[in-house]
Amino acid sequence: MKNVTAQSERGKNPRLRAIFKHSTPYLYLAPTLILMIVLLAVPIFMVIKYSFYDNVIINKNPVLVGLENYKTILSDVRFHKAVKNTLYFVGVSVVGHLIIGMSFSLLLNNRVFGPKTKGIFRVIYALPWMFTGAVIAILWQMMLNPNGVINYLLSVTGISSTKIAWLSDRSYALGAVTFMNIWAGYPFFMVSILAGLQGISEDLYEAASIDGANVFQQFFHVTIPQLKPILISLLTLDFVWTIFQFDLIWITTGGGPVYATETLSTYIYKQGFSRFQYSLASATAGLVLLACTIIAIFYARQQKEGV
Amino acid sequence: MKKYLTVALVGLMLLAMSSVGMAVTLEFQQWWEVELPAGVLRGIADEFTAQTGIEIQLLSNPYADTNTQIAAGAATGTMADVVGLDGAWVYDYAKQGAISNLSALMEKRGYNDAQLSDQIKVDGATYMIPVVNFAYPMLVNVDLLKEAGVTEMPKTWSEFKAAAQAVVNNTNAYGWVIPLSTSSPSGIQNQFMSWLWASGGFMLRDGRPDLVDNEKLIKTVEFVKSLFDENLIAPGAYSMTEATMVEEFVNGRVAFMTTSLAHINLIRQGAPNLNFQAIPLPVMDGYEGQSGVVVANWGIGIAANSKYQDEAMQFIEYLMSPEVNARLAEAANAFPGNIYAEPDYSAADPVFVDSYEIFKDSYAINEFTGLPTSEHLMRIFNDHLQLYIEGDIKSVDSMLEMIQEQWVRAF
Repeated sequence: MKNVTAQSERGKNPRLRAIFKHSTPYLYLAPTLILMIVLLAVPIFMVIKYSFYDNVIINKNPVLVGLENYKTILSDVRFHKAVKNTLYFVGVSVVGHLIIGMSFSLLLNNRVFGPKTKGIFRVIYALPWMFTGAVIAILWQMMLNPNGVINYLLSVTGISSTKIAWLSDRSYALGAVTFMNIWAGYPFFMVSILAGLQGISEDLYEAASIDGANVFQQFFHVTIPQLKPILISLLTLDFVWTIFQFDLIWITTGGGPVYATETLSTYIYKQGFSRFQYSLASATAGLVLLACTIIAIFYARQQKEGV
Repeated sequence: MKKYLTVALVGLMLLAMSSVGMAVTLEFQQWWEVELPAGVLRGIADEFTAQTGIEIQLLSNPYADTNTQIAAGAATGTMADVVGLDGAWVYDYAKQGAISNLSALMEKRGYNDAQLSDQIKVDGATYMIPVVNFAYPMLVNVDLLKEAGVTEMPKTWSEFKAAAQAVVNNTNAYGWVIPLSTSSPSGIQNQFMSWLWASGGFMLRDGRPDLVDNEKLIKTVEFVKSLFDENLIAPGAYSMTEATMVEEFVNGRVAFMTTSLAHINLIRQGAPNLNFQAIPLPVMDGYEGQSGVVVANWGIGIAANSKYQDEAMQFIEYLMSPEVNARLAEAANAFPGNIYAEPDYSAADPVFVDSYEIFKDSYAINEFTGLPTSEHLMRIFNDHLQLYIEGDIKSVDSMLEMIQEQWVRAF
């Protein structure tokens, strides 16, 4: 009875009705907005706030120090090394993912193989994607052990008879973890590009063929332009994901030997959980956030233009 | 009818809520279950539940993962109620206020702490109780030594080097193994400093770093470097963890390994027919004093964020009771943390029995226990040691100066 009265009151009051009408979409959005605030906005705000204090969590009465933590981080040679390693790790990984993902997706999209063969290879090629970072790390750690399969294969094929310590040698370690990351991540590119390839109209290839375009010309002038929106999205997302790759590096090398594989993620972890310098860790995370935000803006703009 | 149904449902809900409130479940995060024979810790926890009604949920992971998870829990205030601790972690968690003051809890419950063999304190208050203690003797693959023609166990560094050289020359194995992975730099404490401590050396003086001009430490660094230079150490040391080190030994790829007695179970499981024994760590040539043997603990503490401080302390008291503590020590191949515990080692592994004799002839030492950010200190030492071994740092004096400069900042 009360509800009926309230509804009739609301029906009579045009202002109340207008407010209710305008707030309805926001009510639908509320669950998502609340989740985003709790899971994204609050943690980001806290990390940024922490970065301006002398130290937090272990210090019950932290003091505001402004940009001091950023100055400390930016003048730390280990941070410079971590940035350099991260750029190498991310750059090579993203390019590796793209090349291998593209190659495999082109193989799976051709007309030579039957659907059954393609199906089997799709599963085989996608296998690395099924494993967690920890499993991949342990798997490759065993294979790259000085007594592991890789050295054995190099030895029986006569390529190298020495037991190379892939993860312990500063000359090889960064390359080895980057290779592992490429292996772990290419299936995402492969699956996405394959979906894109299947969406390209055959008419375009036929028209190009009639115009006299060879296979390579068709690839660069039909396939790549058609895949461009997907490729830009993939590259942007992969860039951001790879910056935060942690478990693979931590389990295999821990950022060593002697900072040879130190990336921003291991650097932040050590600042936080080994030195308990949470403010310095937050400042570093703030800098990474800045870099990722720039990438995200570029990504959003690109998406907008695409639309 | 609807009314009665509603009343019945509400009643059921209230009953369920009240029963939820009554049952206490303690989360116990540790790495012990992984290293103990299957079912031992679960059995002890179930017996505690049968006696008290307090449930124990075991959160078991390997040592390094446990460290990571506890560190994350400490930072976010989500630590498990009861946590397995290493003495090296205590200072930082105590200073963070992440673990509870056990002195206060013991006093509140009227617990007699005189029965505890040791307590790890920060600023005079106990934050960790060692439940069981592990010695780190040297394990030897006897068959490999025989194959290499080594007839006597080495007692000095030069004898050790000669034996390691013989192993490398006459077998497919290496002499020694040291895990120096940056992710878990405890190799500096357990495998490197053990050489120094066995020869009566120290890295601290009056609780402060004493690395520069420390003659015994300089000789230790030079000794280990010479083992690397002469390729007597298993390759891959710089990314090797303790678990991989044990695998190397299990697979017969190294003759000597300095390791925790906790690993005897793992070695027996991995290689039931491996012929190995324990020997005291060889000492610096000319040293005739008593040897220090590295001791690591399975320590226990209570999270400051736990709602069940009293129940958690009750569980610790149970683990530290003479009978339970003795059983845990027997199963873990360790020495008990309760002085009244009388473990029956008659059925113990012969390697453990030998190690017990070595332990009794030595003194327990671990200078990293209770140091601020001790893992960070080990990591600094680890990085500089690698740089010196690889020739990037030209002299041992420069290396020790660099380390000391960074260590002092942490104190």
